[in-house]
Formats: sequence, structure tokens, C-alpha cells
Amino acid sequence: MGGIDMDAIEVARIRNDPAFLELERKRSNFSWSLTILMLVIYLGFIFLVAFDHAIVAKQIGEGPLTLAFPLGLGVIVAAVVLTGIYVARANSEFDRLTAEVVGHSRRSTVTVGGRLVETLR
Amino acid sequence: MIPFRILLGAVFTLIAGAAHAAGPDLGQADKQPLNVVAIVLFLIFVGMTLVITYWAARRTKSTADFYAAGGGITGLQNGLAIAGDFMSAASFLGIAALVYSNGYDGLIYSIGFLVGWPIVMFLMAERLRNLGKYTFADVVSYRLQATPMRILSASGTLVVVAFYLIAQMVGAGQLIKLLFGLDYLYAVVLVGVLMVCYVTFGGMLATTWVQIIKAVMLLGGATFMAGAVLSQFGWSPLALFAKAVEVHPKHAAIMAPGAFVSDSIGTVSLGLALMFGTAGLPHILMRFFTVRDARAARKSVFYATGLIGYFYILTFIIGFGAIVLVGTNMDYAANPAAGGFTAAAALKGGGNMPAIHLARAVGGDALFGFISAVAFATILAVVSGLTLSGASAISHDLYASVIRRGRVSDGSEVRVSKWATVALGVVAILLGAAFEKVNVAFMVGLAFAIAASCNFPVLLLSMYWKGLTTKGAAVGGWLGLIVAFTLTVLSPSIWRDVLGFPAGIFPYNAPAIFSMPLAFIACYVVSVMDKSSDQARIEAARFEAQYLRSQTGIGAEGATAH
Repeated sequence: MGGIDMDAIEVARIRNDPAFLELERKRSNFSWSLTILMLVIYLGFIFLVAFDHAIVAKQIGEGPLTLAFPLGLGVIVAAVVLTGIYVARANSEFDRLTAEVVGHSRRSTVTVGGRLVETLR
Repeated sequence: MIPFRILLGAVFTLIAGAAHAAGPDLGQADKQPLNVVAIVLFLIFVGMTLVITYWAARRTKSTADFYAAGGGITGLQNGLAIAGDFMSAASFLGIAALVYSNGYDGLIYSIGFLVGWPIVMFLMAERLRNLGKYTFADVVSYRLQATPMRILSASGTLVVVAFYLIAQMVGAGQLIKLLFGLDYLYAVVLVGVLMVCYVTFGGMLATTWVQIIKAVMLLGGATFMAGAVLSQFGWSPLALFAKAVEVHPKHAAIMAPGAFVSDSIGTVSLGLALMFGTAGLPHILMRFFTVRDARAARKSVFYATGLIGYFYILTFIIGFGAIVLVGTNMDYAANPAAGGFTAAAALKGGGNMPAIHLARAVGGDALFGFISAVAFATILAVVSGLTLSGASAISHDLYASVIRRGRVSDGSEVRVSKWATVALGVVAILLGAAFEKVNVAFMVGLAFAIAASCNFPVLLLSMYWKGLTTKGAAVGGWLGLIVAFTLTVLSPSIWRDVLGFPAGIFPYNAPAIFSMPLAFIACYVVSVMDKSSDQARIEAARFEAQYLRSQTGIGAEGATAH
């Protein structure tokens, strides 16, 4: 395998690094919440389309639009917006925490936030 | 290796020959007249891409250059390239054609293609970048046994690439047949030769830039077309929809989900395949290794999602525009005497042509020429990315890792991938010839189903679940691949429509609702049964280091390469 493998000491150090624990907890909560939200939005849409045709085919006002239009457009907008929200937080808060963890690290060089962070043993 | 200049000459001769061969067809009423604008624009595009390939070839020496463009692609560039991979001929021509035939149903496909991206962003992009090197098999085999995992991933890659390629080659053949008045087969050969040229000489760098240029051209062209359509309806989408309902034989039915509703299970199954297939497409996953770090990987997903979403809204307007402006115009019907609304299949050039005809309807020969050239460029760019991904599976996963057990020089690995590219080019041409009559959007759906059932479960579990063992991943992945493939062959769209049997044995065109959960369950059950073996203990023990690297990027590939 390419790259540099961590040794057991390094693994234990990062595991106990408060910055890492904070990063892990925050990012995990955030990414899984957004994933579930996206799944609910999309699968909700698909199940409506597949099983409840009468609702989505209902005309809005005089027509020609049906309820399917705002629903479909809404899913597209939600996908873009949720993705944007994740990047905004990950590229600021999560990258800051990552840089802290890497800064504490005693070996290897790595780029974080586009900068080469170099630390020596 | 064949000198680049000679191949360049050969390509130009081939194109010149193509233009010449089209000459005698000018007088025939059933063929489009030779379109000078389209041919000139297309030649300019090909010329430009060959210059880029020449430039890229001088910078492509190591395996890192060939597979990952040296890791020097920026977030925006990669976002455009990813969007370009998704704005394929299948989504541009195929979805516009679906909207043309069925109205709203086309949007269901588009939405499915799009919603995979947030999932890729939240769960995969940064971990992939931190763990991988050139192919997603690098990630899967990080702590699991290399040989079985590489063989599985390479097989998953090649099957997905094959289905995807078929869709693109069929689109290319139809398009050039219409545009140049050439034989279908001749067109398919032209695409095959150009694509082999880009990939063999320019590797990922050329493939990425060809994709970026095309993405910009396609977004520009589609924006202009959608604008031209709306301008004819006083910039009111409502007026456009109202007119479409009036002229379309299905009338108000085009404004709501239609054909899909008759098959609820099939709809949900297709939805799952489109969403999770995105996260298992090898040529897309590979792009995450071309950027510098996880931060750039995230940015590229955001740009890609925005651009793809915007593009699909455009194709929807284009499809409805075609209903009004192409369907009722007998100039575009293969048999004008029939009168009435022209069904997609009865259009000149075949069922995938509504968007191309619409270009002429709203912008005359100039726009028709531009959109034709762009659509052709799209196919070239997408097949190049697919072929590079397939070639990498052969050279990096099968040759370098499985056959040579990692004891291989950069030079010989790159050489194998170049020959693999040539071989894949030949296969693509043969497949393109064999599948001439199939709706291209369906084919891409099949590729997604296999990606969702084989590549995605194994990749996701290998990054997230400590308990996954080699045995579990191998059984689950192979089962997903074989079941998705078999059900696909037995489905109406292949068993009945391609192979000519009376009815499909499996009732649904989309197998993912069965094959994807099956793959996950098999991975889980077999891993749990296997967990006390020595190998499984070693693999579980190595998870922690992999997990920390995936989270922090410490030790990640390419971190110091630039």
C-alpha cells in the first residue's frame, strides 16, 4: 500500500488527542445528519412518485403545473444547498481541527487547507 | 510506442476522409445536408484537444501523471471535469429525449443522477482522497487482502465501464450519422480512435482538460438553447408548458410522472441505483485522486453538484422546447407524410435526436452546428474518462498488483495501461456496433445499478466498518455484481428488446432494489461468520490506522509530491 502507515504510538496519540476527538464527533454527527436528511428528501420524493400518483399529479391552480414540479425542483435545490452547507463548515471548522491534529502529530508531512504542513519527529 | 505526430496525422486523415465520404450523400433527400458550421467547429474542437493532448503528453511520464494528472488539478477544475463526466451524451441527448417522449419522467432520471452527489460529499469524498492513490481499489485493499479485492474492484470497474461505454458509443454513432451522413459504424470507429489517442498519450491530464473544455462549451450551448426556447414564450416557462400540453399526444399526462408509475418497484429500484451508483462509478471516483487534498476534493463536489443541477434544469426546458418546436415540425420527421406529432422514434436520425433538432429550430444552422459539435465532443470526453478508468483497472489493479504483486516499474505499468487503452478502444467499437438500437439513457441506468450493487457497498463498508473482512467483501461484492448483471440481462430491456425473446424473465429494468441490499447483507453475514479467523483479526487490527488516516489525511498519498 502506498503512503505512510502510522505506527501504534502515533495511532494511540491521535486517538487521545482532544482536537481529534472533537473533530470525529462533530463531523460524524454533521455528515450523518445531512446524509439522513438527503435520503429522506429523495426517497420521500421517489416513494411519492412511485406509490402515490394522485398527489403528485394534482394540478396547481389552473395548471398546467402539477405538484410534481415544485417537489422535483425542491429536491434539486436541496441537494445543492446541503452540499454547500457541508463544504462551508468542513472547509472552515473541520479543517481547522484537522490542522490542529496534524500540528500535534510528530511525523509525516501533509497538506491541510492547501498548505503544506511539515512537522519533524 | 507510436510517435505522437504520426498518430496525429492519422487522425486528421481519418476526419478528412470522413468529410469526403459524406460528399456523395449530399443529394439524398433522406439525409441531412452537409453542415459546414458543424464540421468546422468539430474540427476546431478536435484540433484543440489534440494540441492539449500533445502538451499533456510531454508532462505525462510517471504513473502518478498518467492516472492522477500528478495530483495537480484544482477544486474548480475537478468540479468542472466531474460535471462534464455527468453531462454525458446520455444525459444531454437521452434525458432531453425522455422529456420529449414522456414529459416529467425525464426529470426523475435527472434528480436521481444528482442526489448521489450529496452522499458522495458527506460520506466519501474526503476519506477517498485521504486513503486512495489511483483507483478506488487502493482504498478497498488498504487493509484487506490485495489480490481478491483488486480482482473484484477491477471486474466491477470493467463491467460498469462497458455498459456506460455502450451508451456513449451508440449516441456517437447516431449523432454523426445524422450530422455527417456517415455510416453508423464509421462514426463509432472515429470516436474510438480519437479517444484512444487522448488517453494513450495524454493520460489523466489530457482527459481532464478535454472534459473541462467540453463542460464549458456544453453549459454555454445548453444555456443559450434554453434561453432561446423561453424567449419564444415571452420568458414564461408556464406558457411553454401550456403549449407542450396542447400539442403532445399525451397532453396533460406529460406534466406528471407517467410511465414510471405503472411500475412502482421499478421506480424505487431505479432511484436507488441512480443515487448510490454515483458513489460507485469508477471513472468518477478516480477524479478524487487528481486533487491535492480533502479540502479540494470537497470543493470539487460542490462545484460539480451545482453545475449538474443547473444543467439538468436546462435539459428539462430543452426537452419541453423540443415537444413544441420539433414535434410539430414535419421537417424533422423521418416520414413527413405521416403528419401530426412526431414521436421520438420517428424523428430523423432516431430517438435520441430531439435536442439536436431543437438547436436548428431555435438557432438555425449555426446553433445546430455548434450543438452537434458539442454533443460529439461530449461523447469523446466521456468515453475518454471511462476508458482511462477501465485501463487503470487493468494496469494498476490487475497487472501491477495482482499479476506482478507490486513488483513493477513505473514505465512498464504505464506501458500496460496504454495497451489496455487500445484494447478497450477496440472493445468499445465492437460494443457500439452491437447495441445500435437501444435507448442510451437506459444503458446508463444499468451501469449505475451495477456500480451501486458491487463497488459502492464494498467501498463504503471498507471505510466505515471495522468488522468487514476480505471474505465478506469478496462474497458481497461478487454477489452484488453477478446478481445485478444477471437480473439486468433477464430484464425486459435486454432479454426482450435486445435478445429478442418474447418477454423478460425478470420483470423490472432496474435490479438495484434487490441486488444492492443483498450485497450489503452478504458482506455483513460472511464477515461476521469469518471474524475469528487469523486473517480477519489482522484486518480488524489494521482498521484503526486506516480510520485515522481517512479522517486526518496524515500519511495521505501525494501529500509531498508537488
